[in-house]
Amino acid sequence: MNIVVLVKYIPNPEGTPEMGPDHRLKREGVEGALDPGDEHSVEAALQLAGSDGEVTLVTMGPEAAVGALRRGLSMGGHKGVHVLDDSLKGADVLVTARVLAAVVKRQAGFDLVLAGVESTDGYTGTLPMAVAELLDLPNVTFARKVEVADGTLKVERQTEAGYDEVECPLPAVVTVTAGANEPRYPTLKGIMQAKQKPMDTLSVSDLGLSAEDVKATQEVMGLEPVAAKEAGEVIEDPEEAPGRVVEFLTKAKVI
Amino acid sequence: MDRDFGLTEDQREILAAVREFVREKAAPAAPGYEEKHELPRDLFRRLGEMGLAGIPYDERYGGAGQPFLTYLTVLEEVASGFFSLALTLSVHHLSASGLHRFGSDSLKEKYLPRLCSGEWLGAYALSEASSGSDAASLRTRADRSGDGSSYRLTGSKRFITHGGEAEYYLVMARTGGEGPSGISAFVIERGWEGFDFGKLEEKMGWHASPMRELLFEGCQVPAENLVGDEGEGFTIALAGLDSGRLGIAACSTGLAQAAFDAAVAFARERSQFGKPIIEFQGLQFMLADMATQIEAARRLYREVGRLRDAGGDYSQAASMAKLFASDTAMRVTTDAVQVHGGYGYMQEYPVERYMREAKALQIVEGTNQIQRMVIGRRLASS
Ligand SMILES: Cc1cc2nc3c(=O)[nH]c(=O)nc-3n(C[C@H](O)[C@H](O)[C@H](O)COP(=O)(O)OP(=O)(O)OC[C@H]3O[C@@H](n4cnc5c(N)ncnc54)[C@H](O)[C@@H]3O)c2cc1C
Repeated sequence: MNIVVLVKYIPNPEGTPEMGPDHRLKREGVEGALDPGDEHSVEAALQLAGSDGEVTLVTMGPEAAVGALRRGLSMGGHKGVHVLDDSLKGADVLVTARVLAAVVKRQAGFDLVLAGVESTDGYTGTLPMAVAELLDLPNVTFARKVEVADGTLKVERQTEAGYDEVECPLPAVVTVTAGANEPRYPTLKGIMQAKQKPMDTLSVSDLGLSAEDVKATQEVMGLEPVAAKEAGEVIEDPEEAPGRVVEFLTKAKVI
Repeated sequence: MDRDFGLTEDQREILAAVREFVREKAAPAAPGYEEKHELPRDLFRRLGEMGLAGIPYDERYGGAGQPFLTYLTVLEEVASGFFSLALTLSVHHLSASGLHRFGSDSLKEKYLPRLCSGEWLGAYALSEASSGSDAASLRTRADRSGDGSSYRLTGSKRFITHGGEAEYYLVMARTGGEGPSGISAFVIERGWEGFDFGKLEEKMGWHASPMRELLFEGCQVPAENLVGDEGEGFTIALAGLDSGRLGIAACSTGLAQAAFDAAVAFARERSQFGKPIIEFQGLQFMLADMATQIEAARRLYREVGRLRDAGGDYSQAASMAKLFASDTAMRVTTDAVQVHGGYGYMQEYPVERYMREAKALQIVEGTNQIQRMVIGRRLASS
């Protein structure tokens, strides 16, 4: 099985992100890592690919984003594709999806595209669907388990109440949740070998995309801090508590 | 300050992966294992899966074929998050190194792949109840059978880390007359008839590093399991200790770093006389000394690691690194308790454990008096 995994390099997930004057996350000159969410899709891909499959990691981002590919390769991925182009600075979801879809199209004979549910820095959670749409492929989201049997994809799709069992033909685009697996740590050998693995660096024109294709149509006008959560209400009297809780839940239309 | 200055890109990347594993998996599990007095066998196995149980050994035998320095830096990193786990790795390494350097091909092919993968755990058995620093006076006997096909081991080994837990034991026993030249080294497996263990030793610290006595009562060991030649055992034991001492130096540095980090964090948070105690010069000077000593210990063990990798004679320098780093660990952990005041004496904070752990580092793999003796003898003889 040939699997393409869309991965993102994000500013240090444990640090405090810095915003630039353009109201966008500062991505250059800051320490970063493979998005922890993407580690789960890489892990899922490695498990599905088994010993005879191939896992291709694809990223779009500044120079440093190659770190995301390196990490995935040291976990066991087979090759990496890095789309690096100054004109992509400030790309919005649609532009990113166009670029990634164009890369996926170039991967001859791919069976499956995996991605995280949402990035840990942007949180839009819309990119994989846009890629699926552009590729005209079926899209299954929130997979907590992915299997392929007889050429059919079987997914347990996480829902609020439990999970749905979903089947779909290949190729497809699937988003993988953090509950799907425990990502492996890179091995010493993997780290050493990652440097020898094939890595393609492509520009927008290499992908056959025009300046118009990569022009962001979304503009960030300003930034507002999220309103602080109001302190909760503490009910101390055990007599009064059950009634008040029921009242609260009824009001919130939970019960 | 770049703690990893001078390391290659490969070494930095390996350390980054280890750091992540230690932060996410090892460090959070440490207090639990220490409390239960249980060997972190599953974590050791995971280190093996990451390719870290045989870093400097030949790829032919399942090792990673990487510099010894890489192994040392990994040890330091693990020690800073879960000291006993680093110790496990270090003793495992000590037990395999004699075989790797002196063993026959067939013996290496039989045991090293299992040790390098972390599937098997190793132990190193030199000390006895009546022979510690004077290890060459050991009394465990290994008598060759009439047809020369096997040896019969009788006697006991005291203070053996991983005793009862390990599958593989490198055991030094006497095949000849008195003194170092009468000693030979053997590979012995757990489960062999006539090989048993004493009760779990109760120690001051290193609780997640179980220790038992080894008891040999006519244990039959095939002659193939002799490592090197008869009479070469003491040389093998000491060669292992040269590398082992560097390992102890790296573990000491990691432990000292953990204590120091805890002390700085506490000193920033704790306020007295209306300000954080870290603002008092008396405390700052203490922390400054701690930081300086740790950095010196790190530079020393790493430089000696490089000397070893370059094929130089590093025996005396390894003693210096072990001596300096373990004394540093003792001083730094003691001062870390001091920085914490009364809280430092409480089990609620980790520094009292660090202090107990540091003490044994001045004793194992040659007490620090013995290290000074090794260094001093060279001075006298040259
Ligand atoms: C936690 C722990 C784990 C251990 N794990 C192992 C293991 O896995 N395998 C193993 O084989 N051993 C192990 N040991 C044993 C350890 O190597 C010995 O304890 C150590 O070598 C000291 O020997 P001893 O305890 O017999 O002390 P002794 O040799 O009796 O020393 C007592 C004191 O006398 C001093 N002394 C002795 N000779 C001299 C001298 N010539 N000049 C100056 N001072 C001297 C010593 O420095 C020490 O202060 C372990 C010990 C501990 C505490």
